[in-house]
Amino acid sequence: MNGAHDLGGKHGLGPINPEPETDEPVFHAEWERRVFGLTLATGMLGCWNIDESRYARERQHPLDYLNNSYYENWLAGLQHLLEEKRLAEKQASAGLRIPDEAAARKILAGGSPTALPAESAAKFSRGDRVRVRKIQHRGHTRAPAYAQGAIGEIADCYGCHIYADDHARGIRRGEPLYCVAFAGVELFGPDAQAHEVRIDLWEPYLEHLTP
Amino acid sequence: MTSHDHTDPPSELTLRVKALETLLLEKGLVDPAALDAIIETYEHKVGPHNGAQVVARAWTNPEFKTALLQDASATVTGMGFTGRQGEHLKVVENTATTHNLVVCTLCSCYPWTVLGLPPVWYKSAPYRARAVSEPRSVLAEFGTELEPNVNIRVWDSTSEMRYLVLPMRPPGTEDWSEEQLRTLVTRNAMIGVELALDPDEVAK
Repeated sequence: MNGAHDLGGKHGLGPINPEPETDEPVFHAEWERRVFGLTLATGMLGCWNIDESRYARERQHPLDYLNNSYYENWLAGLQHLLEEKRLAEKQASAGLRIPDEAAARKILAGGSPTALPAESAAKFSRGDRVRVRKIQHRGHTRAPAYAQGAIGEIADCYGCHIYADDHARGIRRGEPLYCVAFAGVELFGPDAQAHEVRIDLWEPYLEHLTP
Repeated sequence: MTSHDHTDPPSELTLRVKALETLLLEKGLVDPAALDAIIETYEHKVGPHNGAQVVARAWTNPEFKTALLQDASATVTGMGFTGRQGEHLKVVENTATTHNLVVCTLCSCYPWTVLGLPPVWYKSAPYRARAVSEPRSVLAEFGTELEPNVNIRVWDSTSEMRYLVLPMRPPGTEDWSEEQLRTLVTRNAMIGVELALDPDEVAK
């Protein structure tokens, strides 16, 4: 979905106003600390994955998404998932495995790699010219709107990775993942300030450009 | 950020989050010690000091640098920097002709294992919108001016690949040790919005 989260290239959002690096705390309020911790802790229950978390945040009304601070969006996403996945009911009926401190530390240190064994040969190789399909997929996707329709070149092949669009629907399967290089002018016209923008794109987003 | 006097009543957000936490703890869905461990890890343990170690080592050890640019995940695993949001890491090197900048236009993907949690500005709508289309103006807001002949390459973190910028080693640091060099490597330089610090501004 090309909701308010799909921000690449949007105008009118104003200056960045960064806080000086040496002065910035990790969390700016106690509630932020708790939202962060609760989001990770409930994520460890295995009832949803990271793409479902992202999709839950994206599905807010665009006005809410843009008005909210970062951790307010996390809170909205978490509340959405808790209701949708009926976590309290699941715990009451069947019980869930709740990670204790040691288990939580192990999960954090281990991470969740997304590389999978290849199911089929990658269709593209380094140097191939590709176009990003215009898909207008209404579910979760990682093909940003600003790149759709644009022509780029395969800069790197990262192998098979969990395909985010399906993962957000609870399906764990892989697709070849590529790093695609786009000329700045191809994406943003003559005023583009980037010489090149590199975007990670899964194979289903791309079509081969016939010479 | 507004600062509140300690006599202010708790905000609506504070109350909402407190209610949610109470519910999750009462239902037994979250272990309070696990919750504290998660917060402590990212508030105090994981942070840009990890990335600074990686960069300083790459500046002083050519073999390490070659390995890092080839397979960053495996190379930083050897330094103990493993975990969430760093499973698939790629290090991109700044040169005299190419400057790298990292963004996530769709959310706020960031290499936690080497930089910790992202700063507010990295997660903000203006940065996410503008880094891809007008990176030179973005850099200028951080006080970074590149020569016009330096090309900017922006990395939009749209998958689970995570990107870390290897800044250029500042001139005048030839006799600096790896440990001293770490003090020149800022978080912002490893995102690409700034350069490594000028050695004249940092006490060796």
